[in-house]
Amino acid sequence: MDYRSPISKARGLGSAKSGTEHWWMQRVTAAALIPLSFWLVMLLKLATTATYQETITWLASPFNAVVIALWILAVCFHAALGVQVVIEDYVSAEGAKIIAVWTCHLLFTAIAVAALFAVLQISLAG
Amino acid sequence: MNSTNRPLSPHLQVYRLPLTGLISITHRMTGVMLSLGLILFLCMLYAIAGGAEAFAAMQAMTDSILLQIVLWGFMYALFFHLCHGVRHLIWDAGCSFDNETLNRYALIELFVSLVLTAATFAFFIL
Repeated sequence: MDYRSPISKARGLGSAKSGTEHWWMQRVTAAALIPLSFWLVMLLKLATTATYQETITWLASPFNAVVIALWILAVCFHAALGVQVVIEDYVSAEGAKIIAVWTCHLLFTAIAVAALFAVLQISLAG
Repeated sequence: MNSTNRPLSPHLQVYRLPLTGLISITHRMTGVMLSLGLILFLCMLYAIAGGAEAFAAMQAMTDSILLQIVLWGFMYALFFHLCHGVRHLIWDAGCSFDNETLNRYALIELFVSLVLTAATFAFFIL
């Protein structure tokens, strides 16, 4: 006897209630980060070798600010998913694992929000 | 039951990892290091947002030997992780699983990540 409803069979997600989202988003953010990384390299070059005014001017351009913001979102999501897997692989105690995964996700969310705020501040002031 | 002649899984302390295995664990380690590097990136953004004086103080720090080593270590880790990440995407497409291709790609990605780091170094100096 099969207790599953037709919709749950079609979704095929079982009792875990989720499927390939983690794996899939890791790939989607990875693909996005390939071109976006060149804006990171550009920003690092300016911040370490150029003048204050040159750096501010570059980051105040809406296009550069938006692309850096996209990089921040993609990289923080990608890092959170990746570090989550590392935690799940090496932390075997269930309670510690759950707390560590939560902490990891909250930390990368905080980094993303703080970084976006700084970009906004620079961009609007510059 | 004969229990002495069963196949054993490779034990990490006596098993010499092949090149592909070393690259696989390096991918994970560079991923964690790059994630930690995001905290330094955040500090850098706030130094830029903090105005000309904070920016000058930040550049004085990034000019130090220690932070130059961190910066170029970060850069190599970034390109290595990117190159091996592209290979993961190729694997996800269902390609290149035979031994010969695995070893050839391993050498290619080591070479390409060095070339990209050297090219970025030249880009920074110019």
